[in-house]
Amino acid sequence: MAKESIKQIWNRMVFEDNQVLRSILGICSALAVTSVMSNSLVMGVGLTFTTALSSFTLSAMRNYIPHRIRMIVQTLVIAAYVILVDIVLKAALPEISKQLGPYVGLIITNCIIMGRAEAYAAQNPPIPSFFDGLFAGLGYTLVLMALSLIREILGFGSVFGFTILPESFVRWTIMVMPPAAFFLIGAFIWIMQARAIKKAEKSQGGGK
Amino acid sequence: MEFSTISPIVIFFASIATSNMILNNFLGMCSYIAISSEYKTATGLGKAVTLVIVVTNAINWVIYHLVIVPLKIEYMQYIIFIMVIAATVQIIEMAMDRFVPDLHVSLGIFLPLITVNCAILGSTLFMVIRHYGLLQAILFGIGSGLGWWMAICMLAAIRERMQRAKLPPGLAGAGITFIITGIMALAFVGFSGIFTIQ
Repeated sequence: MAKESIKQIWNRMVFEDNQVLRSILGICSALAVTSVMSNSLVMGVGLTFTTALSSFTLSAMRNYIPHRIRMIVQTLVIAAYVILVDIVLKAALPEISKQLGPYVGLIITNCIIMGRAEAYAAQNPPIPSFFDGLFAGLGYTLVLMALSLIREILGFGSVFGFTILPESFVRWTIMVMPPAAFFLIGAFIWIMQARAIKKAEKSQGGGK
Repeated sequence: MEFSTISPIVIFFASIATSNMILNNFLGMCSYIAISSEYKTATGLGKAVTLVIVVTNAINWVIYHLVIVPLKIEYMQYIIFIMVIAATVQIIEMAMDRFVPDLHVSLGIFLPLITVNCAILGSTLFMVIRHYGLLQAILFGIGSGLGWWMAICMLAAIRERMQRAKLPPGLAGAGITFIITGIMALAFVGFSGIFTIQ
């Protein structure tokens, strides 16, 4: 594989191959925690930390792990970092940690982390793997923030807990309930796919 | 340790209708989206998930209350739970191969996938957070599994009928799947208020 610059990795992981919207990975937590912005920010930071460091660690160990047991090693490394995130959250932000509930522990089974470890960190040196994981996490965080911005403004009339819409605005209760999360992510994916299709058509048309 | 006092029967029905794994808690979405284009495979996966959730819930409950809590190693729970799930899936697969080869042929391919299905770990973590007793934990597992199975079957049935529908090119695939799930979740909002277990 040709060597990629950090900027190329950024472009690839945040926009072109956004893990949530293009590869449809890590949807569970993306939908579950996005009813308020502060929760999604914390979740995004937690996931970015775990992905970046587990990609780094697994890439540094990649020549020493026997192929047959690599899945279990990956899971263990990821679980170790998730435990760190969980302990820090419980100590520093007990309120948010309680609201996130099982979803912090579920970072372990988040497909993004395993996906990056398998697809990138297994073949590349530690530093690019670190950035690959970091930017995959940032792309995830961006999607979460966009989703929760819409849901929190329309559902509670606030941003990060500060009320910005007047009392006369009728709150859309549906926005903080599960169905709206599905509709919104469906719409996001539609926009991203339509853009990708248009781009592909354009580059084909240019080649003729 | 104080256990929750909700009746196990209520937990069973609530985990199907009002706290459905997919439609309310968003767990197990990856395989739900990826493996729902055909009804037959969807039922196979649903059966396998139900089986594994029930077995791992029971084993994890015993391990949590007999090993983790007495030794005060709660911070290690994630690693222990995930190892238990991986080992259980392996053992179930081997036992199936030995005793019910027919079932192994139809479910076998799904079993390795299930280790990283978040519905399994999620159900264990819910059971711990909500302080369920053993019977409650098992019925919660059965209900969650059946709820997941039902949701993936409904989606697969709808997607099979939609194959010939004309969709905007960007919406086909994952986009429309989420919108269908949204409509299903909207219908399930109608159940809210019948039971509360959270």
